[in-house]
Amino acid sequence: MYPAAFRYYRANSMKEAAGLLLELGEDARALAGGQSLIPLMKLRLARPSALVDLNFIPNVSLIHKPHQEIRIGALAHHAQIADSKIVEQVPILHDCAAGIADAQVRNRGTIGGSLAEADPTGDWAPVLLTLATDVHCVSVEGERTIPLRDFAIDAYTTVMRPGELLDEVRIKVPPKNSAGAYVAFKRCPSVYASASVAVQLTMQGKACEDARIQLGCVGLTAIRAQNAEAELRGRPISERTIQLAGEAAMSEAEPQPDMRGSVAYKRVLVGALLRRAIGIALRRCSGEHVEVSHEYVGRN
Amino acid sequence: MPIQLKVNGKPYELSVEPRLLLVELLREDLNLTGTHIGCDTSYCGACTVLLNGANVKSCTVLAVQAHQGEVLTVEGLARNGELHPIQKAFAENHGLQCGFCTPGLLMSTAYLLSKNPNPTEAQIRKAIGGNTCRCTGYQNILKAIRAAAGLMNSVAMVKPNED
Repeated sequence: MYPAAFRYYRANSMKEAAGLLLELGEDARALAGGQSLIPLMKLRLARPSALVDLNFIPNVSLIHKPHQEIRIGALAHHAQIADSKIVEQVPILHDCAAGIADAQVRNRGTIGGSLAEADPTGDWAPVLLTLATDVHCVSVEGERTIPLRDFAIDAYTTVMRPGELLDEVRIKVPPKNSAGAYVAFKRCPSVYASASVAVQLTMQGKACEDARIQLGCVGLTAIRAQNAEAELRGRPISERTIQLAGEAAMSEAEPQPDMRGSVAYKRVLVGALLRRAIGIALRRCSGEHVEVSHEYVGRN
Repeated sequence: MPIQLKVNGKPYELSVEPRLLLVELLREDLNLTGTHIGCDTSYCGACTVLLNGANVKSCTVLAVQAHQGEVLTVEGLARNGELHPIQKAFAENHGLQCGFCTPGLLMSTAYLLSKNPNPTEAQIRKAIGGNTCRCTGYQNILKAIRAAAGLMNSVAMVKPNED
């Protein structure tokens, strides 16, 4: 299958790419990893008049850590993030990067492309929203830093203006007594998750000082499960509080029935994934190394 | 759009339409039909090749994106008429039935073993998660990959992505 014909531009800098996109108009698209855009174009669900390729721009996939902030270039692909020693220090980021789709897609797909596409079933938004994350955007007029919580406002819709490009993701390193986990359930490796849960816990001994919980794939954007957080915050974590948090998250989810499952099924899934994620986050808070990633049938 | 790239070590300078997919470039323009088109929707992995050493689905990469890149296809695995150890291991362990998915599986195996010469069972399964075998011959595929790792570790062969 061939995409419909388009004009192709190879940008040399993010500023140049932003200028080109502004000039070419709203039918033009930026091309990052292309793992969503190219299949959409082949199915003719997307027919951009022009593509501005960001892949040949130097230094847009760097991962570095100035002070207590991890900065990931927009064009860093998932495999590169999964292999990064810097990212390893924040296990929830590794959970996400190492489990997205399959090896081939992780070698092409990018964190910037994923966030900018704002697919409701994307993995990065729920994970990064449990941490203090900003996205840095550039345009011909200048640059701005947007808190990630203000970035995606609807399915496939962000606050970025025409001719604006996301060029870096900036994540505050959580304190030592804080750890998280991301668990996503999918039917097989190559597909989007049916539901996912990201948890970041900050512990003071046995008591939960703070909890951040985000639900993925069960709303138009990632959903912050505030009632579930409230069940944990300021209390010792026990089987009972974990159970209550799971029940709260089940009712806070806003799933749609589709080929991945019914509303009832997805709510049950959210509850189970949250209980599992809390358990892993707690073990990590106590210093244990726990390897997790996306779960699917048949994986062992 | 002019592009330059190396395929199986051989340099090419070509002029391509921007919408040309890498897999079509390989099959139609370079006559390297070992790379198969299966689902054509970025699911099955039959079209897997190595681009700059990493396995990618060539049905989901534009040929223009491979500009200045190095591509390795299944045709580039054998050396001087001798099968690559991965190919030998698949042949010896009956790691294929109809063979349609095999080129993609060989390339995903090449990528896995280039990064991790001693993968665990779980790591092997994860590494081929993006390659679908509709004959469902996975048991022998797993056996073949384990055997390939053993062969590659016993005979010091040239890495598949070096030329």
